[in-house]
Amino acid sequence: MSTAATRRPADATRAAARKPTPLAQALNRAMRDAMAEDPAVHVLGEDVGTLGGVFRVTDGLAKEFGDDRCTDTPLAEAGILGAAVGMAMYGLRPVVEMQFDAFAYPAFEQLVSHVARMRNRTRGALPMPITVRVPYGGGIGGVEHHSDSSEAYYIATPGLHVVTPATVADAYGMLREAIASDDPVVFLEPKRLYWSKDDWDPQAPAAVEPIGRAAVRRTGTSATLLTYGPSVPVCMEAAEAATAEGWDLEVVDLRSLVPFDDETVTASVRRTGRAVVVHESGGFGGPGGEIAARVTERCFHHLEAPVLRVAGFDIPYPPPMLERHHLPGVDRILDAVDRLQWESRWTEGNGR
Amino acid sequence: MTVTAQTGAYRPAPPPQWRPLTDAAPLLPDEHPHRVLGTGAELDPALMSELYTQLVKGRRYNQQATALTKQGRLAVYPSSTGQEACEVAAALVLEERDWLFPSYRDTLAAVARGLDPAQALTLLRGDWHSGYNPLECRIAPLSTPLATQLPHAVGLAHAARLRGDDVVALALVGDGGTSEGDFHEALNFAAVWQAPVVFLVQNNGFAISVPLAKQTAAPTLAHKAVGYGMPGRLVDGNDAVAVHEVLADAVDRARRGGGPTLVEAVTYRMEAHTNADDATRYRGDAEVEAWRAHDPVALLESELTQRGLLDEDGIAAAREAAERMAADLRDGMNAEAELDPMSLFDHVYAEQTTQLREQAEQLRAELAAADEHDAHDEQAQQAQHGQEDGR
Ligand SMILES: Cc1ncc(C[n+]2csc(CCOP(=O)(O)OP(=O)(O)O)c2C)c(N)n1
Repeated sequence: MSTAATRRPADATRAAARKPTPLAQALNRAMRDAMAEDPAVHVLGEDVGTLGGVFRVTDGLAKEFGDDRCTDTPLAEAGILGAAVGMAMYGLRPVVEMQFDAFAYPAFEQLVSHVARMRNRTRGALPMPITVRVPYGGGIGGVEHHSDSSEAYYIATPGLHVVTPATVADAYGMLREAIASDDPVVFLEPKRLYWSKDDWDPQAPAAVEPIGRAAVRRTGTSATLLTYGPSVPVCMEAAEAATAEGWDLEVVDLRSLVPFDDETVTASVRRTGRAVVVHESGGFGGPGGEIAARVTERCFHHLEAPVLRVAGFDIPYPPPMLERHHLPGVDRILDAVDRLQWESRWTEGNGR
Repeated sequence: MTVTAQTGAYRPAPPPQWRPLTDAAPLLPDEHPHRVLGTGAELDPALMSELYTQLVKGRRYNQQATALTKQGRLAVYPSSTGQEACEVAAALVLEERDWLFPSYRDTLAAVARGLDPAQALTLLRGDWHSGYNPLECRIAPLSTPLATQLPHAVGLAHAARLRGDDVVALALVGDGGTSEGDFHEALNFAAVWQAPVVFLVQNNGFAISVPLAKQTAAPTLAHKAVGYGMPGRLVDGNDAVAVHEVLADAVDRARRGGGPTLVEAVTYRMEAHTNADDATRYRGDAEVEAWRAHDPVALLESELTQRGLLDEDGIAAAREAAERMAADLRDGMNAEAELDPMSLFDHVYAEQTTQLREQAEQLRAELAAADEHDAHDEQAQQAQHGQEDGR
């Protein structure tokens, strides 16, 4: 991101430019800057050109860089990702857009059989510097197949980085890093945060924690909420609400599921002694199980209570009119936090 | 380089005998889309009238559904305005025992086949994914992932034939959907199995923002059939009678064991992709206006009028019937959906798992707590009012 600094405009313009920016716009800026800096960066996908993507995340890229750099492809996800593999073999850095979470499934074969393992099977000869952008998750009233959280499938596939930003600064910084990465990155975009705004300066993006590191969004002493993507703001709200009940919650935004930042997570949980993992995707076989296991393995003697999970139910994503009952909200998180008072329960149960 | 006859001992062995599996010529589509309206062709008046009534209803249905999105009664609606001829002909060409495999834009085809208009919109309203029982109406659930319903149609048609039933499956797909792998796999299976299935591509010019020229380099989408070994047919998708004719031929052929057909109907999407889309970003008014002049409802209306098969009264009667349907639809959609949050756990498995039973109990407790909370709030409010009144 060194060149971002050299392209920094004069201070006056910068101050004027500093206004709340939606997350989608920061993603757009990240692609624009990456394309300007490196002619090998190519964006491709359905409706990414003229339309600028159905969420307008690629808006203006085709105009600025031409159809060859930002390409409307035929409607075929396996074809898009498969072609990206070939492009990467020839030295390009494809940034692929999957229009919606559930429409990435036709590309699974390419992702799992080739993208994820090409480096390994060719003994390092063929890296796959591909970024696969997937808008994911619910909460926007989308009809069937528009709200899946598929991260568990991705993290179960060795060879892929799996990351998800929750702040505007991270949207920019992490996408820049994903594009610059010599390994494939599944870049999960929490679509209900596309319109969330932050006071972020698009002219002078500050460095963010690199991919692979978690960020402590709120410090606290009595328990840690471990979360990522769309659930980060929900956890922040829960943490605020919990103060009324005497809880001082720490909120850790994992940012990256693969690689996983054991260090930050472990340090936090050892400090607080309690942890709840929060995510939208189903709990059974979901990322929370892996995270809870890792935390337990590393923090066993520091834990005052088992690591709990608050997740979506283990059902196909429900229709929009019912989704609020499915998505983990503040109340469900607070209920779990209450259950963390394990010691006293255990004591009562044993008649001590 | 000139090649002269070998005079020496070198005589390469001739290649093993080879011939193409099928003769491609009869599979090729006609040069121009098949049309009958305005050509003076001999047509069945009863069929024309029925198509007309359904077209008028269909147009009204599209308008009403679009209006419902503006009132927030529908989460989203992908309008088929301009494509009613394809939707209606697809529905009318099938026998009751046949099956329809629609995509997300084809609610109208489902309604024209007899499905309750409000029920057909359940998916798009957002109260449940599929609002009807496919086995009762022989309409597969509206498919959102593109082209994924096509292999299903092939499998069902194949199964019916294995069972000895003369059932035909008709599957609908858009021009964009023809790029998906599932489209190609479905066509190939259908041809190899000679399955009684008909594929209808509604080529409406765009896949969201992507025009046909960026979707395919084939001369027409109907040409794609030839490579799989089935006939490809081109039809004017705004000429309801022509679409019906071509589909009827294909269905008949399939029913008699002649195998699958790919039909491309050339039409146009008059509205944006959905109410959430901004079509001005990728197309100009002139193109839309040119197609408005070739409107499927107006085409059939003027043909019927010219043939003396329709007068002002007939037109008024058709519109009245359409208004009644629209009013029913409004009533149906304005009624609050009956939603039970506990239904989230129904039908995930034939028999609920222990995990899901636990989660259901959790939700039940949450709902009860929320109810109690509400009741408490209400009491507090009433007490407050009481105090205020007392003052
Ligand atoms: C597998 C898959 N990929 C992407 C989408 C998102 N999407 C919905 S409709 C659409 C365009 C479809 O175009 P076309 O097949 O021509 O049908 P039309 O909308 O024109 O009726 C796209 C890309 C999807 N539904 N399914």
